[in-house]
Amino acid sequence: MSLLHLVVLAPFVLAILVPFLFKYIRQVHTGWFVMILPLTLFIYFIQYLPIISRGDTIHEQQPWVPSLGMHFDIYLDGLSLLFALLITGIGTLVVLYSIYYLYNKKKEALGNFYVYLLMFMGAMLGVVLSDNLIVIYVFWELTSLASSLLIAYWFHKERSRYGAQKSMLITVSGGFAMLAGFSLLYVMTNTFSIREIISQADVIITNPLFIPAMLCVLAGAFTKSAQFPFHIWLPDAMEAPTPVSAYLHSATMVKAGIYLVARLTPVFGAAPQWFWIVSGFGIFTLIWGSISAIRQKDLKAILAFGTISQLGLIMSLIGLGSAAFHYDVAVVGTLYYTATLAAVFHLINHATFKGSLFMIVGIVDHETGTRDIRKLGGLMTIMPITFTVALIGTLSMAGIPPFNGFLSKEMFFTAAINATTLDIFNMQTLGILFPIIAWVASIFTFAYCMLMFVRTFLGKFKPEKLEKEVHEAPIGLLIPPIILASLVIIFGLFPNLLAYTIIEPTMASILPNVLAEGERFYVNIYHWHGFNTELFMTIGVVLFGALVFLNLKKWSETTFFLKERDPLNWVYDNSLVWIVSGSTKVTNMQMTGLLRDYFVFMGVFIVGLMGYTMVKYNIFAIDLVNIAEVSPYVFILVIVLLATTVLLPFISHRITAIIATGVIGFLVALLFVVFRAPDLALTQLLVETVMVVLFLLAFYHLPELRKEKFTPRFKLTNLLVSIGVGAVVTLTALSAHAMSYANPIQSISEYFIENSYELAAGKNIVNVILVDFRGLDTMLEILVLAIAALGIVVLVKLRMTGGEDV
Amino acid sequence: MKKNLLMLHTITRIVAFIILSFSVFLFFAGHNNPGGGFIGGLMTAAALLLLYVSFDIKSIKKVIPFNYTTMIAVGMLFAIGTGVASMLRGFPFLTQFDKYVTFPILGKVHLTTALPFDLGVYLVVVGVTLLSILTIAEDDA
Repeated sequence: MSLLHLVVLAPFVLAILVPFLFKYIRQVHTGWFVMILPLTLFIYFIQYLPIISRGDTIHEQQPWVPSLGMHFDIYLDGLSLLFALLITGIGTLVVLYSIYYLYNKKKEALGNFYVYLLMFMGAMLGVVLSDNLIVIYVFWELTSLASSLLIAYWFHKERSRYGAQKSMLITVSGGFAMLAGFSLLYVMTNTFSIREIISQADVIITNPLFIPAMLCVLAGAFTKSAQFPFHIWLPDAMEAPTPVSAYLHSATMVKAGIYLVARLTPVFGAAPQWFWIVSGFGIFTLIWGSISAIRQKDLKAILAFGTISQLGLIMSLIGLGSAAFHYDVAVVGTLYYTATLAAVFHLINHATFKGSLFMIVGIVDHETGTRDIRKLGGLMTIMPITFTVALIGTLSMAGIPPFNGFLSKEMFFTAAINATTLDIFNMQTLGILFPIIAWVASIFTFAYCMLMFVRTFLGKFKPEKLEKEVHEAPIGLLIPPIILASLVIIFGLFPNLLAYTIIEPTMASILPNVLAEGERFYVNIYHWHGFNTELFMTIGVVLFGALVFLNLKKWSETTFFLKERDPLNWVYDNSLVWIVSGSTKVTNMQMTGLLRDYFVFMGVFIVGLMGYTMVKYNIFAIDLVNIAEVSPYVFILVIVLLATTVLLPFISHRITAIIATGVIGFLVALLFVVFRAPDLALTQLLVETVMVVLFLLAFYHLPELRKEKFTPRFKLTNLLVSIGVGAVVTLTALSAHAMSYANPIQSISEYFIENSYELAAGKNIVNVILVDFRGLDTMLEILVLAIAALGIVVLVKLRMTGGEDV
Repeated sequence: MKKNLLMLHTITRIVAFIILSFSVFLFFAGHNNPGGGFIGGLMTAAALLLLYVSFDIKSIKKVIPFNYTTMIAVGMLFAIGTGVASMLRGFPFLTQFDKYVTFPILGKVHLTTALPFDLGVYLVVVGVTLLSILTIAEDDA
């Protein structure tokens, strides 16, 4: 148990204390107590920066279930540290923001809010810091759970519950697939430790389980990171309070999938399938998200689709970056790992500008009472600070210099252009698609950035549509976005501040073994590359983006723009309905509530199962050699017995049927006599008599209404099933008899015959077996009788009075 | 409408005793000849049932004031008790013993612990049969 373990567990511990703080210290907003923790953790993680940037890693061990290979091991390298800093840093800002956002201490259930938020924070730290796949999975599901709880924070709203359920269903299904993938990895490598799995990467790739494991893991990563077609939960998750959207659905949780893909790139990255799936789905998500975003009328929905699109961008870059495994860096230079560099850099940038934009949208919502861009406008002069911050965030997102978004976008274009020069996996022909899609998607990105910004802050102020008197937000709400926006500027102006400290070690952990021993990535990000293709692409993006935005009015009446919701929601909503109606149908079909149907099912199942087994293992063995001679008595008895049995279904009078049953019983007793079983015969006679008496008694009590005679109805199914069961049982008996001769097993009856008098001092072997050799059976059988009798007494005497449904 | 059932009553009085004796014989003969607790119990129950059928239930209840529920319990106790007794002497549960003992009047008698066990079976069977039949028969709801 090291300090790093405590770091992961600290949020959970604080989450336990939060309700007490909320209940007993009412004067102070609970958020202030919560804020201390992420701040402390952030400062703590900063201390690791020098160590990590030297290229070292930290590994702390803590056994959890050692017998199953589950260790709560913590592994801190560049990638983990980057995420840990994002989680704690933005976590601090979000908590600060939420203090002012959820300012009403009486109305808001703050206890719940901060418990969920801390739970999420701890789970997220667990995901990024763990080295063990199972531990990652545990924390992964915890983030899903916490996310759902936070989305449904205002649980009295129907939309919130819908969004929470949707995100839960999608992310948990993905998480479950991921667990399957992890298990397959375990099967292949016999370890859950990521580092050990990476060390066996070259063995795994030849394993037949490689592709299933990869697909399962990717399913988990794609559902969490809102990649196409699993992105539909993210826009509906916008029903959460804005701090939650800013934290979970832009900066941290949705990047868990990115983290996982980046983390497992060394394992799977060398496979062409990985390259194509990750970069293909990523680039498609990019364009799908950016096109969907301009259709939205709600600011948060625009941001949600914006997030989807940017996540697709990062994902595709990681996919493209995996090409580096196929080249020798010493020969081709930095060309192929630019994509990875761009991914890491954009990951940081996106967290900063998207977080600030969400907070800005929250402020606008908070101060005007609406997020609908049709009602907003002209807020520039009323909310100048908000406006400034929004300008910075938007320009960064659109990719305009001198902000950090520009740099990462340039690198993205570089990586996309590099993709065309790759000579692996058919990239010579299909690679050209990457820069084209990237460019078109960037145009739409620019368009929705402008749409969002212009419609909110420029134009005419429309106070008549707003419910509140609009004024600038309180300073507490503004500090977090201001900090994020200044980071946007700082990272934009001095990108190399990040390059040496965090980007290089992060790349080293995504692409290990690419560099020779002792070498490091040398990252140098700068603004001016000269007049190259990327620059012209950016100029084109600005021009065409402005064109798209200016013509938006013309297109806004088309059906494409009127439909805000993603068409894939139709699939989700309907499949939910279909699952329910389908399972209802299936249940109604089989659960008829009629005992006779269930008997038919059982009969069919017995015939099917036994018949199949007999045919499959070929165990028909009818042997007529080892058969005893049949005496004439037996012949006559069996014939009468058969005749009575066959007659039974055709008897239309109940009393006659009962008497016929009695006849069968007495005939069986006679058979016992013939087969020399006097005890059995006596018992059978007496029991049969008592049974008939009981039948007649029960008969007397039949209700008045049902006393009419009846003829048993004929049903072909029933006949077939009963014939089938009879045939199967007969065949089984015959085969068993024949086989017992083929493979003789010594009978234990010899022992009883020899020892009944010697050991038990009795000559009646049956009785000796019953009371001596096997006395326990007898004891429990009389217990059965006793229970049956008491049951009858209870049923008859303790009659319920009302119309109870038992 | 009251019928005169003199014939039935007279014959029942004689036959019931014969059946009862036969059932006792079956019970004791069990260890060496066909019979035993189960059959003996059923036979006793049959004899008592004959009494219940030919006379009315109320008067027989006065004559035979048994509580059949208690009889079941006692029977179970006998059966379990035999097993526990062998345990107390350090043998496995339900180990049976036998011994030839000479009594003053009866002479040499073969005693086995299987007998109290069988007695338990006997009592339970009698109790169960009569309890269920009488409960159902008395039910007038």
